[in-house]
Amino acid sequence: MSARRPVADWATDWDHTDPAWIENPFPIWDDLRKRCPIAHSERFEDGAHFPSRYADVREIAYDTEHFSSRRVIVREKKFHPIMPSPPITSDPPEHRPARMPLLPAFNPKAVEKLTPGTRAICNRLIDGFLAKGACDAATDYAQHIPTRVIAHMLGVDEEHGERFRRWIKMALEEGIHDNDKVMQSLKEMTLYFKEQLEKRGTKPGEDLISFMRDQRIEGQPLPPDKLIGTLRLLLIAGIDTTWSAIGASLWHLATHAEDRRRLADDPSLMDTAVEELLRAYAPVTMAREVVKEVKVNGCPMKPGSMVLLSFPAANRDPEMFPNAERVQIDRKENRHAAFGLGIHRCVGSNLARMELRVALEEWLKRIPEFELQPPARVTWSEGTVRGPRQLPVVFPS
Amino acid sequence: MGTTRLKIRVDPERCQGHNRCHSIAPELFVIDDYGNSRAQGDGSVSPALEEKARLAVKNCPEHAVRLLREDEEGGSR
Repeated sequence: MSARRPVADWATDWDHTDPAWIENPFPIWDDLRKRCPIAHSERFEDGAHFPSRYADVREIAYDTEHFSSRRVIVREKKFHPIMPSPPITSDPPEHRPARMPLLPAFNPKAVEKLTPGTRAICNRLIDGFLAKGACDAATDYAQHIPTRVIAHMLGVDEEHGERFRRWIKMALEEGIHDNDKVMQSLKEMTLYFKEQLEKRGTKPGEDLISFMRDQRIEGQPLPPDKLIGTLRLLLIAGIDTTWSAIGASLWHLATHAEDRRRLADDPSLMDTAVEELLRAYAPVTMAREVVKEVKVNGCPMKPGSMVLLSFPAANRDPEMFPNAERVQIDRKENRHAAFGLGIHRCVGSNLARMELRVALEEWLKRIPEFELQPPARVTWSEGTVRGPRQLPVVFPS
Repeated sequence: MGTTRLKIRVDPERCQGHNRCHSIAPELFVIDDYGNSRAQGDGSVSPALEEKARLAVKNCPEHAVRLLREDEEGGSR
């Protein structure tokens, strides 16, 4: 990471890669919501806005006329050319035809079929460290669950997981400050999927790569660059995000004994607990590029400037969620926006929820008591996806 | 039968397939292949399911689910 200039004022100079934001962004957002609900920063090319209120995030998410998804990451220098990863980078009218073919692969029935396999993955991981009485819940557990599930869905070797995570780190973290890393990651992923497609030829298959290859939009197959763009998206979107949600939830339970015991004793709380953990620790922040002059909540926005679209900040807005700062695992009314709002709702939300739920259920069945290993050295990822990257915990073996 | 029977409605223009309603009240909603929700049958909510129906409304991130009294349904599709 390049050394960053310290933030002078979050309202006029915010930086989502600053160590304070990475470590604990919530007080920063709470403060901004009160005194400057749409903050600004010139640290990013053409300037970037940061709305922290739920209502403003929602308005922007719904407004596809003024806000484009062609860039969904706020970077120091804009990335050229725009590399499409449909449908996340698509705007209407291209968005819908790009998204439709993906949906059946992630509907509740399809996800239900993956549940027993996910339970088995979790238990094999737990078998590996249970007797030791300690593990890194981020790197020995959470990380491997979505990686193995997506490898299974794509029909690729789960041993390739390490490569996947390296590409994602280059694209989403290091890539905020270094566009060469983004390029390298995109090139390597493109090559990987080209090889995978060649390997399959035209043979029918159940895996997502074959499934996407066989999709027809208005009778036509996806052009190769769009097909590979979508495959890259499936890989990028499904790993760090869910890893982060599982890790952050385990971090919460490791540091909040009362919630941990309540949930371990009463599994019927799992439905509301999963939603509340998703609200409080929503891992994914997206972005939009302003394409037409517009005002949001009185704040003028110019074409070319970026908006950091923080669903995590929206989810902490007390105007929308009573006691927003408190995690209440029995919260019954919870319209949280962890998976986005509007047409770009996370295609994999059913899958992510299933993985989070199963990961917590299997962990709590076998490890109901656990806490951070002192002296705890918990580290968090930076930028677009937030979750613990080191999470050492101890438990009775 | 009184006229206060409740009916559930999903606005197809607003529904984005979060599936919150279905996971809260699987008895009241049907999810299509694309993950979008619609009311089961004619949307009637039995008294035993009223609380679940209310929660389905209050948990939809898109405000797509509504609970109507049968007698006020009138012109709403």
